[in-house]
Amino acid sequence: MSVKTLTINNTPVAAEEGKTILEAAKEAGIHIPTLCFLEGVSTVAACRMCLVEIEGINKLLPACVTQVTEAIVVHTNTPKLQEYRRMVIELLFAEGNHVCSICVANGNCELQNLAIEVGMDHTRFPYRFPKRSVDVSHPQFGIDRNRCILCTRCVRVCGEIEGAHVWDVAQRGADAYIVSGLSQPWSEVEACTSCGKCVDACPTGAIFRKGTTTAEKQRDRAKLQFLVDAREKHEWTR
Amino acid sequence: MTKKIVIDPVTRIEGHAKISIYLNDAGEVDDARFHVVEYRGFEKFCEGRPFTEMAGITARICGICPVSHLLASAKTGDKILAVTIPPAADKLRRLMNLGQITQSHALSFFHLSSPDWLLGWDSDPAKRNVFGLIAADPDLARAGIRLRQFGQTVIELLGAKKIHAAWAVPGGVRSPLSPEGVAWIRDHLPESRATVKMALESFKKLMGSLTTEIDKFGHFSSLFMGLVGKNGEWEHYGGQIRFTDSEGNIVADGLREDDYQDYLGEAVEKWSYLKFPYYKPLGYPDGIYRVGPLARVNICSNFGTPEADKELQEFRARAGGVANSSFFYHYARLIEILAALERIEQLIDDPDISSQRVRANAGINQLEGIGVSEAPRGTLFHHYQVDENGVIQKVNLIIATGQNNLAMNKTVAQIAKHYIQGTEITEGMLNRVEAGIRAFDPCLSCSTHAAGQMPLHVQLVGSDGSILSEVYRN
Repeated sequence: MSVKTLTINNTPVAAEEGKTILEAAKEAGIHIPTLCFLEGVSTVAACRMCLVEIEGINKLLPACVTQVTEAIVVHTNTPKLQEYRRMVIELLFAEGNHVCSICVANGNCELQNLAIEVGMDHTRFPYRFPKRSVDVSHPQFGIDRNRCILCTRCVRVCGEIEGAHVWDVAQRGADAYIVSGLSQPWSEVEACTSCGKCVDACPTGAIFRKGTTTAEKQRDRAKLQFLVDAREKHEWTR
Repeated sequence: MTKKIVIDPVTRIEGHAKISIYLNDAGEVDDARFHVVEYRGFEKFCEGRPFTEMAGITARICGICPVSHLLASAKTGDKILAVTIPPAADKLRRLMNLGQITQSHALSFFHLSSPDWLLGWDSDPAKRNVFGLIAADPDLARAGIRLRQFGQTVIELLGAKKIHAAWAVPGGVRSPLSPEGVAWIRDHLPESRATVKMALESFKKLMGSLTTEIDKFGHFSSLFMGLVGKNGEWEHYGGQIRFTDSEGNIVADGLREDDYQDYLGEAVEKWSYLKFPYYKPLGYPDGIYRVGPLARVNICSNFGTPEADKELQEFRARAGGVANSSFFYHYARLIEILAALERIEQLIDDPDISSQRVRANAGINQLEGIGVSEAPRGTLFHHYQVDENGVIQKVNLIIATGQNNLAMNKTVAQIAKHYIQGTEITEGMLNRVEAGIRAFDPCLSCSTHAAGQMPLHVQLVGSDGSILSEVYRN
């Protein structure tokens, strides 16, 4: 397998052919913020948090799906990128109904952490206050679409790891929302195995264990990686 | 010509309100009204939320007494789960409420009200506040602030946050008190007790010079309502509802919160966002009743702790039996702090307080729940209806300040009639009217389900709407 050499933030980096810029940066200890990306499932480049600048290319490219090529010069934290990332987070906050103070994921939320990381102290866009639904019909879990950022991690983790494909995206654009089964109440979706991987995968408080109160959400994110390793590498211990 | 004086906003209270004073042709006070002019809408926007979130959401109604909403909400949640919570959880919730009573009463007494009688009713309004108190009597101010800190720290030791700790949950609480927490409370109790005793002694001495205030600050007959324990003792979390009259006779006893709609009615007046609850059997407005420290001290047979009981005897001797003057709210508040500290001392010696069995788990077993608890300001009811998945369909909150609404209006009118005469209105006169409201320690943020700058604006308005005179205090 051939090795590509590239430069990330003025640091020479070598990465195997086929690796993404995100993977190469991670190996080199360079942090690129991500949100929809989840280790162990496919990448969709939906959130645009991991956008990077590559010299000679006018477009900003998502690091999670852009493969390394020989001699490219990558910048991951330019003022332009900082501005765009902050705008992405602002738009996510303005687009849904995110009320951290009473959220189950308060203090343990990737959206909240990113808002802090990118320095978002307020949003410059008017809040949309959309009317969205809450489904707590499942005996163990609930989904609050007010807190959903459409990262589709639940869709991918359920389809690709559990193989149940309970979740999908309905509608388009600003009307898009996460749907269970054929737009049924979660409790009526026979495909659901009640495994709880969607709870572990969800970056916000959108999918949670029922009965969880403010700031109580816990995730077992390592379980997802364990299952992938068990399947692909036959490593059966955690 | 009829005239109207408006005090807007009322200062040193929690929330936003104004007072209108109506003068008749002879320039005498005809009537006075206490208007609550803020609107919050919690009952509406909680609809559609899972009931398990209600404790966290309703605690956000108020930064002064979030614990009160937390507990009333958690108790309502217990009913929806249809569980009896573990004994340890019951004791831990009580401990937090005692911390809450301590900190809130200390705030009302030292920070908000004491400047009136320590610095003088007619003293410079720019200095008649907690900062003026710090300048005039730094030791007292510091002791009061530290007493409040003690109560706040009890809350923090349990819930990890001083304000808005979402620690009480349907089925119990999240965590017990750590041994370090027990040790901290034990170490700091003596100082807090010394402060409240010192405050009681100075207040009792002052009372001799406050006879007019005692006589005119909402001195009238009304019912009193609150929770009492099994044997009629002072209660703040469990027990059942009791009503007594102005002579101390028990009007109703052993009432359950579940039946509150049978004995409490709510009237609405178009000039206030605050409803007017009344005791149903006597109708509106004859069913006027008071809640809070004064009511709890009046309705209970005893406190059940030695020092508070001693103070209760003296309180009743000074009041001549039942305290009907709303000015006694301040006195009752101090005795309640003492009782709270004594009970905290008992609770931290209880081994249950460190038990790990603090939370019962269950599904939705009842579609309706009513919870009650004593907030520092009085009896607080939460009433939820949920669907079979536990999603809130309807919320009704009956707040202590609301229940004192009729009494506050009567108090304002009584004070205005006594102190305000003629067209020459001094700031000091108006301060007394406000102080009548302060005695109740109203929390308008809660009762309308805000905080902010509260300058005073007084208008003397002619019946034709023309402004005859204006006084500003910024």
